[in-house]
Amino acid sequence: MANKLLEVKNLKQYFGPANNPIKAVDGISFEIYEGETLGLVGESGCGKSTTGRSIIRLYDITDGEILFKGKNVLDTKSRKEMKEFNREMQMIFQDPYASLNPRMTAGEIISEGFNIHGLYKNKQERQARVAELLEAVGLNREHANRYAHEFSGGQRQRIGIARALSLDPSFIIADEPISALDVSIQAQVVNLLKQLQKERNLTYLFIAHDLSMVKYISDRIAVMYRGKIVELGEANEIYHHPIHPYTKSLLSAVPLPDPMTERMRERIPYTHEEPGETATIHEVKPGHLVFGTQQQINKWK
Amino acid sequence: MTQSKQQFDKIAPEMFTIVGGRQGETEKLSDKTVSFWKEVFLRFSQNKLAIFGIVVLVIVTLMAIFVPIFSPYSYREQLGIYNAAPSAAHWFGTDDLGRDVFVRVWQGARISLFIGITAAVIDLVIGVLWGSISGLAGGRVDNIMMRIADVLSAVPYLLVVIILLVVLKPGLIPMIIALSVTGWINMARIVRGEVLSIKNQEYVLAARTLGASTWHLIKKHLIPNALGAILVTMTLTIPSAIFTEAFLSYLGLGVPAPMASWGTMASEGNKALTSAPWRLIFPALFISLTIFAFNAVGDGLRDALDPKLRK
Ligand SMILES: Nc1ncnc2c1ncn2[C@@H]1O[C@H](COP(=O)(O)OP(=O)(O)OP(=O)(O)O)[C@@H](O)[C@H]1O
Ligand SMILES: [Mg+2]
Repeated sequence: MANKLLEVKNLKQYFGPANNPIKAVDGISFEIYEGETLGLVGESGCGKSTTGRSIIRLYDITDGEILFKGKNVLDTKSRKEMKEFNREMQMIFQDPYASLNPRMTAGEIISEGFNIHGLYKNKQERQARVAELLEAVGLNREHANRYAHEFSGGQRQRIGIARALSLDPSFIIADEPISALDVSIQAQVVNLLKQLQKERNLTYLFIAHDLSMVKYISDRIAVMYRGKIVELGEANEIYHHPIHPYTKSLLSAVPLPDPMTERMRERIPYTHEEPGETATIHEVKPGHLVFGTQQQINKWK
Repeated sequence: MTQSKQQFDKIAPEMFTIVGGRQGETEKLSDKTVSFWKEVFLRFSQNKLAIFGIVVLVIVTLMAIFVPIFSPYSYREQLGIYNAAPSAAHWFGTDDLGRDVFVRVWQGARISLFIGITAAVIDLVIGVLWGSISGLAGGRVDNIMMRIADVLSAVPYLLVVIILLVVLKPGLIPMIIALSVTGWINMARIVRGEVLSIKNQEYVLAARTLGASTWHLIKKHLIPNALGAILVTMTLTIPSAIFTEAFLSYLGLGVPAPMASWGTMASEGNKALTSAPWRLIFPALFISLTIFAFNAVGDGLRDALDPKLRK
């Protein structure tokens, strides 16, 4: 198996007062291997974005450890180390409208990182690099002088992807990069991400709120529910042998391509179940983890 | 469940192929590129009332600059013709001391505009600094700074001004200080609101993940995006400062004689309302016209900037 690129250990992120915090992320652990895509799936508000933002250090985490390339990222304190970290890890955001500054042109947005890191000081070199990035995400090099509002949602998301690629990162957190887009455009953006992954040897944490597109891009899938990861495993394993009732409920919500069977698709509602005091992570099969008590897991099986 | 499982078996990633067509091909954009501010300008110039406001302000400003320079009379010169009605020699008549009202109106315009603009600039500097520090710092600092502003604004405005003017004696400088003591609070609140909303926008988060320093964020993201709201607030602060100045002068707390502001002129003119109405009418007319013009421009700017009107 490939090397571990990212290791998250018992990550906690609480908001609000210390005596009654909102536990947005409540003790999650997982690993991401070099070159793979880990899908992180869960309903709205379960803490997916918070997980991503904590990993990339937009938030100071409450507790836990994050190892990137074997190094604890919380130890990177100096400005220089932080900048090195920024070049390795980037993020693609959910909202194609809010994620681009309306006062900047596409070229300015894509080259923002060059200013910050003092790269490509030569104007021609910089323009060439911006043009190359625009073309890499399927946009036209002439678009560099256009303002964000002149682009469609899908094109804006491509600009966001170009920005994330600008510093040549090895790891990208894609926070619901397609959920705000038309279904017809979603597939294009997913294809683009897959293609870039192959060309640039990228590793992804791909966040989504349902399982429909995730299967197509993820090697492994983590299912998140109320700040905890309730199930994690190979994508096929999660699809074919889900154990946690919440995963089953998510799977039942995926529309089917065949209209005959789609009509008969039954949604399985999930009724919240307290995980129980002794609930822990169980490895039901190699690489397939489920969160719950032993009794619960036996029952679910 | 088994049903859907079989379905999932049927859709394997290998089954997806790119059939061409729109993949990779980019949609065409319109030919002309329009920057945000260009678009604001275009929308603004379509607003007739706002353009009228601009025209009025330009005329008032030019008159305030040039009339006192080129007029045959000075604003303090006593010509010996008392309370004369408007005529070819004295377009707006004369007052009880025999001074030409036309020159005095434009001399007064200088004082009123100077007070209005200076107060607005001071509000701008203090309000932007206070509001942006408060919004950026957040947490305790934000709390304390905003409570201070709340306490200041809870003190009756007029009381502050009157106490200050009594301590400092009426005049131009104390009037400006008096106007600024509480005036900046509105600006500070607006800037803080802008900063709070902008700093959590995804484009700011994106800049932070690129490694941007606080100064970079302020320069490239906060200022350009808060500028619109600041401009509108400032344009709307000027008329309220002019109005307050006029109001305080009317109460006898304005600039001392022989200086003239629209407020002091109206106050004196009020005494001769029946015998020499032009002494009240002209300054009052220009107070209203100028305040209206500033408000029209401010509203026009706000409409032009409002993203909700954007397509
Ligand atoms: N800065 C914050 N302060 C306080 N609470 C927060 C903050 N950010 C997130 N939360 C809360 O943490 C929880 C998880 O939020 P998060 O944005 O991570 O959800 P999500 O899974 O990304 O949802 P979505 O699919 O809607 O994006 C929510 O209940 C949210 O209200
Ligand atoms: Mg989210």
